[in-house]
Amino acid sequence: MALLTPEWTALLYLVAAVCFILALKGLGSPRTARRGNLIGALGAVIAMIVVFLSTELDNLALIIGVIAVGTVIAVPASRMVKMTQMPQLVALFNGVGGGAAALVALLELEHSISLGAYLAVAFTVLVGAVAFSGSVITFLKLQELMPTRPIVFPGHAAVIVLVAMVGLAAAVIIVLPESTLAGLGLALDAVEVKAIAAVVGLVVGSLLGVLLVLPVGGADVPIVISLLNAGTGLAVAASGLVLGNTLLLVAGTLVGASGSILTREMAKAMGRSVAGTLFGAFRGGSSAG
Amino acid sequence: MEAITLLTFFVLAVFVGFEVVSKVSSTLHTPLMSGANAIHGIILVGAVIVAGAADDVVTLVIALIAVLMATINLVGGFVVTDRMLEMFRGRGSAPTAREGGDR
Repeated sequence: MALLTPEWTALLYLVAAVCFILALKGLGSPRTARRGNLIGALGAVIAMIVVFLSTELDNLALIIGVIAVGTVIAVPASRMVKMTQMPQLVALFNGVGGGAAALVALLELEHSISLGAYLAVAFTVLVGAVAFSGSVITFLKLQELMPTRPIVFPGHAAVIVLVAMVGLAAAVIIVLPESTLAGLGLALDAVEVKAIAAVVGLVVGSLLGVLLVLPVGGADVPIVISLLNAGTGLAVAASGLVLGNTLLLVAGTLVGASGSILTREMAKAMGRSVAGTLFGAFRGGSSAG
Repeated sequence: MEAITLLTFFVLAVFVGFEVVSKVSSTLHTPLMSGANAIHGIILVGAVIVAGAADDVVTLVIALIAVLMATINLVGGFVVTDRMLEMFRGRGSAPTAREGGDR
């Protein structure tokens, strides 16, 4: 149903974005934190109503059904979880958010035409996939389903560099103009090559997330969750660029920027550096699990 | 929308993001991270738009997986943050009560 004009849609998205800013501001002080969170939730409700009233949507019953299923999964999980297990639940929520952003970008690839949109797709697919798999590993570590000590295998650093280069190559193929790809004389047409590169990016990004988080010691995991959280924020912002949706752009950027500051502050409060938490194990200086 | 307009939005949002979380006490780090985590669940808007435009089965299935993941992020994120902050209500009101007792 396209009941809302583009002007009303933009205005209500602005209201939602302001709610998110007030939410982050409120969460900064113990007195206003709970209200801040509720304002954020209000912003999300407004945004969801707007998307249903402003867009011509097919498959409406399926979409609403899946949202209902997601709610039925998420609410009890959040309500029942023990206080001590909350960080890993947040990590898991962050992971699925990153995964969702990566999938949205993957599907928008065929509708993208500009260089900026291709760049945003490549970024979102890679960073979203890293956030997804990295968060799953942090969850497994905190839940003690796998060893919390840093895990480093021989040649670990070299494998990370190699995988990152494959990811970069996939990104370059996504970004290259179709005419250039067609000029290479490949058997597939340019659109198919880009689609394959995006799927490769998804796989490689997931692999990279695992490789990057394995060497992190248990005590440093919360800092890495915060870092992945900021990464998901930026992936969401980039998917906002792909879709031309200002709310996703603003909300994602807010989380990316505030999450980066927060990561640095958390590391400082624990007497660590962000680079040290990620790569300390390679120098033999990481905290014990 | 024009690229320069989007870039303007991006740069301004970066500064607002930096500004709103500066000087936060370390006890609030985890709830703040959790609240920010809930906010990026708004990717649900994007997932719904993509699912609503899907015209083949594969696209629809992938889009619906994205809708499911984003819903869990968005709804779960706000609920779990609220639960975390329930603990702070007690802690936040305690100093006030002590002040009252002193008088």
